[in-house]
Amino acid sequence: MDAGPAHVSGTAGHAPAHPEPMSFWRKYVFSTDHKMIGMQYMFTGIVMGLLGGLMAYAFRMQLTFPGEAVPGVGVVTPNLYNALVTNHGSIMIFWFAMPVLIAGFGNFLIPLMIGCDDMVFPRLNRLSYQIFLLSTIVILVSLVVPGGGFGGAWTAYPPLSASAAYNHTPLGAPLWLLAVALEFVAFLLGGINFVTTVMNARAPGMGIWEIPIVVWMIIVASILFMASVGPLIAGAVLLLLDQVVGTQFYDPRGGGDPLLWQHLFWFFGHPEVYVVLLPALGMTAEVMAVFARKKLFAYKIILYSVFATGVLSFVVWAHHQFVAGIDPRMAHVFTVTTLLISIPLAEVTFAYIATLYGASIEFRTPMLWALSFVAEFMIGGVTGIFLGASATDIYLHDSYFVVAHFHYTFFPIAVIGFFTGFTYWFPKMFGRMMNETLGKIHFWGTIVAVNFVFIPMFITGVAGDHRRIYTYQLFSQLATDGLGRLRLVSTLGLIVMLLFQLVFVVNVIVSLVAGRRAERNPWRANTLEWVTPSPPPHGNFAEMPTVYRGPYEYSVPGRREDYWPQNVPA
Amino acid sequence: MAHIPLAATRSVTGIPAGRLAMWWVLASEIVIFGGLLASYVMLRLQHPDWGDEASHTSTVAGAFNTFVLLTSSLFAVLGHRAAEHGDGPRAARFLWMTVGGGAVFMLVKAFEYTFEITHGFTLFRSVFWSFYFAATGLHGLHVVAGMVAMGLVAVGARRGECLHRVELVGIYWHFVDVVWIFLFPLLYLAK
Amino acid sequence: MSDTGHSATAGPGAVARAHPNYVMVWAILLALLVVSILGPMIGIFWVTLITAFVVAVIKALMVAAYFMHLNVERTYIKYLLFTILILMLVLFAGVAPDVMKRAGKNWEHVPATPGAVEPPRH
Repeated sequence: MDAGPAHVSGTAGHAPAHPEPMSFWRKYVFSTDHKMIGMQYMFTGIVMGLLGGLMAYAFRMQLTFPGEAVPGVGVVTPNLYNALVTNHGSIMIFWFAMPVLIAGFGNFLIPLMIGCDDMVFPRLNRLSYQIFLLSTIVILVSLVVPGGGFGGAWTAYPPLSASAAYNHTPLGAPLWLLAVALEFVAFLLGGINFVTTVMNARAPGMGIWEIPIVVWMIIVASILFMASVGPLIAGAVLLLLDQVVGTQFYDPRGGGDPLLWQHLFWFFGHPEVYVVLLPALGMTAEVMAVFARKKLFAYKIILYSVFATGVLSFVVWAHHQFVAGIDPRMAHVFTVTTLLISIPLAEVTFAYIATLYGASIEFRTPMLWALSFVAEFMIGGVTGIFLGASATDIYLHDSYFVVAHFHYTFFPIAVIGFFTGFTYWFPKMFGRMMNETLGKIHFWGTIVAVNFVFIPMFITGVAGDHRRIYTYQLFSQLATDGLGRLRLVSTLGLIVMLLFQLVFVVNVIVSLVAGRRAERNPWRANTLEWVTPSPPPHGNFAEMPTVYRGPYEYSVPGRREDYWPQNVPA
Repeated sequence: MAHIPLAATRSVTGIPAGRLAMWWVLASEIVIFGGLLASYVMLRLQHPDWGDEASHTSTVAGAFNTFVLLTSSLFAVLGHRAAEHGDGPRAARFLWMTVGGGAVFMLVKAFEYTFEITHGFTLFRSVFWSFYFAATGLHGLHVVAGMVAMGLVAVGARRGECLHRVELVGIYWHFVDVVWIFLFPLLYLAK
Repeated sequence: MSDTGHSATAGPGAVARAHPNYVMVWAILLALLVVSILGPMIGIFWVTLITAFVVAVIKALMVAAYFMHLNVERTYIKYLLFTILILMLVLFAGVAPDVMKRAGKNWEHVPATPGAVEPPRH
């Protein structure tokens, strides 16, 4: 790319210069630059997210208008329905939320925010993306092979997932499993890169309490992922052997146990939701501090609460299995731990609200998204209490109440979190400002619509709507007009929400082409990424920064300006 | 030629970046093998009849392989000492001896597997054998990966390049050894 | 042995270490291996258990301490590994009651009873 200045600066070091211009392939496709790799993850993730959203459109249309051909898709057969539901869940978690929130924003932001020139292992970084891309190709292939895509739900319980005689997808099932396994490997490698970089490569003066909270959150998320995915990788190897070779690890007739898979899966599955939650929480905190022009309230307490959540997340997993036939005494234990885990997260929410108290809030688009994250996530969190208590869960398990609960957590995490970060860091990533008017139209349309999608599901869930069933026509008490109308409201809400995403696409294109050029620090923020030009060049900083204070010194009394960047000497 | 980023030269923790990363790799590998072995132990304790199946694993082969891996670990750490003194060719020689130990290990395993399969103790005979082949197979894949990595580091070390990698690949190899230290009693001694 | 605090080959932050007698460590490990092989031959269940598993733990700790230099590594790494091991115990404790139970008050794990169900032939 361009040659950086060659002078040395003090003890912080300087970025090595790249005198030769790079070919298209080296600059865009085979780049080792963390910013380009972050963009690659982001772009792949967004495309997969759109695919996941379209899958939701297809299966919701089938539920609302059973048996009728879905416009643009055709008739949704029961097998296709199962495949759509399974891959919607898998894609949204593994190929949208994780790559965008952790790999996309993590890769782009971490070296910038800690004041260094790249990740510690740039080539490992590129390899991680390549493995991830391979996993994306494998999951897409699994959808079109003979037999169709895997239809055993993202949880893939055996014996359905282990035997093609039951799941009718002899190619789709192993390919799905292989895709998930490859994705795990990619994120394990990426996580090691992130953790080593943040632990070792921080700018001089940046102690652990001066690290911006979004970086902390991504690191804790990476650690949670690394510690929890191991047993599932082992279990997936066993499941793959069952599927492909015919062993009986999960078949009780041969001496195996299907419950073993459930435990191995959920031992990972529960920390996984915190893996995706924490980066979104971090981005929300960053945006809130900047647009409230106020110090993030109780930064250390937030971190301690997050550590507590991380630790507790490892001992709550069996609340997904209350009705699976587990030992009822374990159900007591897991009820208590599950209810406990809501406490540190509530603490974090209170800290965010306290950040707003007495602040002079600027209601720009990123701030709107951040505020809506807190509001929507609270609904998800509160409804989780009903499911965490084993007594109520016995009724609500596998109903649409659960679907509504986890979408009120996952939607803020994956979608609102993505938009919060994207609208906030767009000027830094692309050097242009996004259009505020389009941004606000997109925001209001999406937020209003999404509540119309999921609130009816609480009602229909309590009324008895099962999950993962391709039609309710077979159940006389569920095929009523009242419930049908509620399902229609959900589906219409989804269609409206999907249509409003066109506004976002238009905004991105218009802003990239004709948006106002962004200056170095358009939001007047403190963190180090705003020290670099927009967008940052290869090597990030002309002179490596030194850090003098924490990241949240906003509206400090006695100072002329209401912000105080970390790298400005006192 | 890829440049080393400034980030890779910093060390706020005092641990070199490569070694820090290797410990995190080991942490994630411990969870993988730990999950696999925990599953095996749970099912094994539930099935006392697996003891009969387990009596057909060859304790001699297992013990010999344990000896081979322990010795190869010795060579790996001697290579590390040589590398720390800056003696690249000597370190490379030790690394190749470690690779040789890995090759002997895999050869013995090949004979073991052949003997077991031809005598009817296949993957399908009982879930005990499924675990046996899955666990030793997964371990074997890690041995092969370690051999490849070690070979690559040895080639560089002979030229005196990147001698710090000798220690890193050694740490990985010792971990593979430790996994086998637990596989041996679980699969061979517990009959 | 380098006489400055930093070894040129080991990267920033590394300190040249004193090397224990690796061959001695190896010899002790082999002796332990012999103990673990002889133990089962005695035939007493508890002796077998101890010689097999306690010896394995000791061997692993020795390899970790002396070959992997964990005894001179920063404490933080030891905490990390210890935490991971505790996590494996948590996994075992949470899963074992389900996977290891043969029968409850009102039910029996029929397929797991030896001889109760014919395993499918391959």
